[in-house]
This record gives sequence, structure tokens and C-alpha cells, in this order.
Amino acid sequence: MKSFRGFVIKEFFHIFRDYRTLLILFGMPVIQLVLFGYAVRNEIQDINIAFVDSTNDHVTRQIKERIRASSYFNVIGQLPSERDIREAFQRGLIKEAVVFEPGFASRLAHDGVADIRIVTDATDPNTAKSMQAYTASIIAHYQRDHLGSTALRIVTESRMRFNPELKSVNLFVPGLIALILMLVCALMTSITITREKELGTMEVLLVSPLKPIHIIVGKVLPYFVLSFVNVVTILVLARLVFDVPVRGSVPLLLAECLLFILCALSLGILISSRSNSQQTATMVSLAGLLLPTVILSGFIFPISSMPVALQLFTHIVPAKWFLIIIRDIMLKGIGIEYFWKETLVLAGMTLILMTASARSFKTRLE
Amino acid sequence: MSANASVVATELSKAFKATRALADVSFSVERGELFGFIGPDGSGKTTLFRILTTLLVPDAGEAFVDGLHVVRDYRELRKRIGYMPGRFSLYQDLTVAENLSFFASVFGTTVEENYDLIRDIYVQIEPFRDRKAGKLSGGMKQKLALSCALIHRPTVLLLDEPTTGVDAVSRREFWDMLLRLKSAGISILVSTPYMDEARLCDRVGLIQNGTLMQVDTPANIENSFDRPLFGITAQDRYRLLTTLRGYPFANSVYAFGESVHYTDRRNEVEPSMLVDFLQKSGLTDVAVRPIGAGVEDAFMALMDE
Repeated sequence: MKSFRGFVIKEFFHIFRDYRTLLILFGMPVIQLVLFGYAVRNEIQDINIAFVDSTNDHVTRQIKERIRASSYFNVIGQLPSERDIREAFQRGLIKEAVVFEPGFASRLAHDGVADIRIVTDATDPNTAKSMQAYTASIIAHYQRDHLGSTALRIVTESRMRFNPELKSVNLFVPGLIALILMLVCALMTSITITREKELGTMEVLLVSPLKPIHIIVGKVLPYFVLSFVNVVTILVLARLVFDVPVRGSVPLLLAECLLFILCALSLGILISSRSNSQQTATMVSLAGLLLPTVILSGFIFPISSMPVALQLFTHIVPAKWFLIIIRDIMLKGIGIEYFWKETLVLAGMTLILMTASARSFKTRLE
Repeated sequence: MSANASVVATELSKAFKATRALADVSFSVERGELFGFIGPDGSGKTTLFRILTTLLVPDAGEAFVDGLHVVRDYRELRKRIGYMPGRFSLYQDLTVAENLSFFASVFGTTVEENYDLIRDIYVQIEPFRDRKAGKLSGGMKQKLALSCALIHRPTVLLLDEPTTGVDAVSRREFWDMLLRLKSAGISILVSTPYMDEARLCDRVGLIQNGTLMQVDTPANIENSFDRPLFGITAQDRYRLLTTLRGYPFANSVYAFGESVHYTDRRNEVEPSMLVDFLQKSGLTDVAVRPIGAGVEDAFMALMDE
């Protein structure tokens, strides 16, 4: 037990003496949170738009006023005709044009139907889609307020239930927790173990009465503690700076985070037992863990829009299950009865990975 | 197996994929003996040490260290051996004192408990006890690594090329320490590429291509060299070497520092005959003198056979 304590103390020395490790451990969560919170946004703001409105009657004026009043759009002005939109797009003056059909108000009054065409610059398809949805939503609100529900036929579909302001930071924080835990736990542990191999100190550790389990647990324990500190930091920062809610049970959330930490740590040990250099361990961790965590977990890209083969592959990405769980807790505020299956999957994965990593950790050099 | 044997190896063999690292290596080391392994890089010294330190399992043969089987009893054995791998395995970001107390704690002991054993070595690096190990010179790293390997009072010490990359003065000091440890009753196995260090061992094993070619005392190994040996110098050493290699009677020609060590095929050779030949070949400042063979000469001769 005394030798184990000495080992853990030594690990903490390693961490606190290497400013790069410290930077990754404590700087990165903050930097990433700020980046994702401010820079990487799906929501739109101050989009330049123009109107094409040959009649300029009381209805179109009201609709235009609504659009102008929203913070999403910045109205540049009027275009003489639809033909001018193309050039305005090309010159980058506007991103969207709203075209009212000629004689809008009178057509609405006589036929009960009037057309509005929303033309967007779809060079960036995601933004274009959002712009369309926002515009349609503004028009729909107008229709509801002024005309009753049947007068204008504009069907808007929106899914804003758990994130009514469509704040992307709400979506990113859970993903960010997954990403950072993967990075800290898997990447850092695999590096710290392979570093001992590279330095040759692993040879001495092996030729000592320390049992492999002591070496593994001793290596992992500091990262276990520190990554838990990270989770709490992210949650507090997200709450204070970005007003991201935790609607469900906080202890449950932390417990699920601990489960995911264990899972990531086991992955890190597994990687390190298979690689002999820090470089290999880094490459494998980055390509094999971080990429799937970012791309295939539903963090940024919805899984439902992936090809079937990739969708199947996402099942083995631990972050996917973790994301479902913590989004449920944080944003939907629901309890374990809704995601016990996902928790079970994650626990099962962790168990398998732990067994595999404990087995592949060798008591000798080969 | 002698009752007093500290290390006994019987027909150890080990291969890595297609590469043969060790072939039928057998030897024994007495308790309190300083045993050296001499051989070029890649001759199998490190593989042998790793088998003896329980880090590798031999493909065939078996070995006992301190009476314990290196494969079956590896757990118990690991408490008793001190091992210094080829690279000084220290934590660069820990200080001298932290490294030492870490290794002490790993072996379930304390620095104070065994301080008497390492005192002679440790006092030399103690002034730098708060310096990071990564900032030490090669010689100091080596002393620290040795202190770390000794801190749990091992019965057998295995040192894999401990003096490689260390300056001559530190090498000398290091060997003085080994001799002192030997007198404290610790069996020491040490490998080295330096032939001059071989003379300081009780016995040496010459190892090449995974085969142990000869095990004997340094004196006996030198005596086993039965041909007349000449040390030859001349103004242009490179031309001297090529000229001698072109000489029809030449048996062996090796550059040894400033001079060239030479043996002849003929049984009766006088230095004057060689001087004559070399001067005719256009070499100046030629000097030829008969010399006694060193371990390295014997080793070179064995390698040629």
C-alpha cells in the first residue's frame, strides 16, 4: 500500500511539473467551451437580407416590419425585381431575399392565399436552412396573430422544444464534456503509460514488486480525479457564462460522467498496452477516439442523417450513448427510467474495455 | 548446480520472429562474483539480461537467479534483484531525491533504511539532490540510477551497459563502486562494450551473435591468445592499416587506438622483418614492438574463428 501511494504521488508530480499537460488538462476545457460557446454556432444573427415587394401594401409592410424587428436579420433594403437577387448574392450584399408576389394584400383578401418566396444563398447549406426556418417562423407568427390560422398557407416546421432559443451552446456542452473526457482520460493515460515505456522506466517498474494492477490504477487515479474536476468546471462555467441549464438530477449526471470517465480510462490503458511510443498512442487516440467522438457521436452531426453503415458503426462509439444520456439529463430533465438502456450499454462497454485492458497489460516485456 | 551459485543459466535460447537473439547460452555466476559480458551491439547481451530479470521468457532452456526460477518464481525474484537497464531509467522530471525515494517506496522500503549501502555513491550526487534528474550529467545520472537499483538491498545486481555514454573518469569511479559492492557480498552481472572494463571482472563471458563463446578469467582469456602479437605504429596510420592488410603473411590486423595490432601467419617472425616490409612500402616513422595480448585481442581472435 505504501508503494502504491508513492506511485500515485509520483504521477501527480509528473502532471503538475509538465506545463503542457497542465495546459491540456485545465486550459483546454475552458478554451473549448468558450470556442464552442461563442464561435461555433448554428444559430444565425444579423443576416443581411433584402425584400422584393412591388406593391408595398399594408400586409407586406407589417411582415417586413416583423422581420426587421428580429435580431436574426439585418435588412439592407429593397430590390427592384427578382432578377436582381442573383447579382446581390454574387456581390455578397445579402444572404437572403424575401419576395412578395405582386398585389400581395389584395390577392390574400380575394383568394385567401398569397405567395411569399424565400430565396437564400445556399453556399453554406446549414445557415441557409436556418435562415429559411427563421423567416418562415416569423411569417407564421404574423399569420397567427393577424390573420387567423387558415388564411395563409405557409407550413413551418420547427423542432425547438428543448432548446427554444435554438442556442447551440446547449447542444455543445454535453458533446464537449464527452470530448474533453475522452481527451483527458484516454489520450493522457495512453501517453503517460507509453512514456514510461519510451523512457525505459517501465522496465524497472516491471522488475519491481509492484503488481500490474498497482501500476494501472496508480497511473489512472490522478486522471480520474482531474477529469472529474474538469466535468464540474465545464458545468459551472456553462451555467455561469452561457446559462446552460441542468434540468435533471445533478448527482445522476455526475454519476453518469464517472461511468464515462471509467470507460475512457480503460480505452486509454488498452491503447497504451498495444503501442510502444507516445507518438503511436497519440495517433491512435486522436484518430481512433477523438474523431469518432466528434463526428460519429451526434455531437455535431445528427446520427439520423448518416448512411446506414455509419449509423451502425456509431453503436460502438461510447460517446454516442453518453451524449444521449447527458442531453436527456441536462436539457430534457428526465430521469434514469428513460435512459437506463443507454446507461447499461455504456456500463457493458466499460466492463469489456476494463477486462480487455487489464488482460493486455503485460507483466513482462512481450 | 553449485550450492553457492547466484545465477545459473542452462541452454537459454531466444528468438524474435526470424532473428536469433540467444542460442544455447549456459553459464553460472558465483555468489559475490563480478561477472562481465563482453560483446558488440546486437550480440544478445540485453536479451540475456531481460531473461534473467524476468522481463522475457526464454524459448528454451531455463535460468535460476538467487535460487529462483526466472519464469515460475518471477514475482518473488523481482523483490530480490536490482536492475539497471541500458538507458538510465530515471524520471527526468523528478529530482534526485524524489527519484530515490520513489524507487525505495516501490520496493516497500525507505532511503534511510538502506542508506549505508548506497552512501558511498549517493554522497557524490547528494549536493544535487534537488536538481531534476533530466538536468544531471551522464555520470551523475548513472550514479543515481545505480543508487535506485540498490535501494532495496538486492542480492543480485544486473547492470546492462551501465557505462555507455559516460565519460572516462565517471566510468572509472563507477567500477570502483562495483568492486566495493562486490566486497559487500552482492553478485554483480554487468555487460559492457568496453574491453578495458573486462579486466576488472572476476570472470568474463564473450558473447557474439547470441552465442557465449568463452567464459574465463580475464587473465586466462589473455593467456589463451598464443600467437606473437605486435603493436605497430607509423606516420600514416590509415596507409599502415591497408598496407598490412595487403601483406600476404598477415593473419589479423586491427586498429587499436594509436597503434595497429598485428599477428602473422608464420611461426617465426622478427619485428625487423615487418619494419623492412613497411619501409619498402613507403611508410615512415615505423615502429614494431612485441606486446602482450589483451582481452580484446583474444575476443577479436575468437570472433575470427
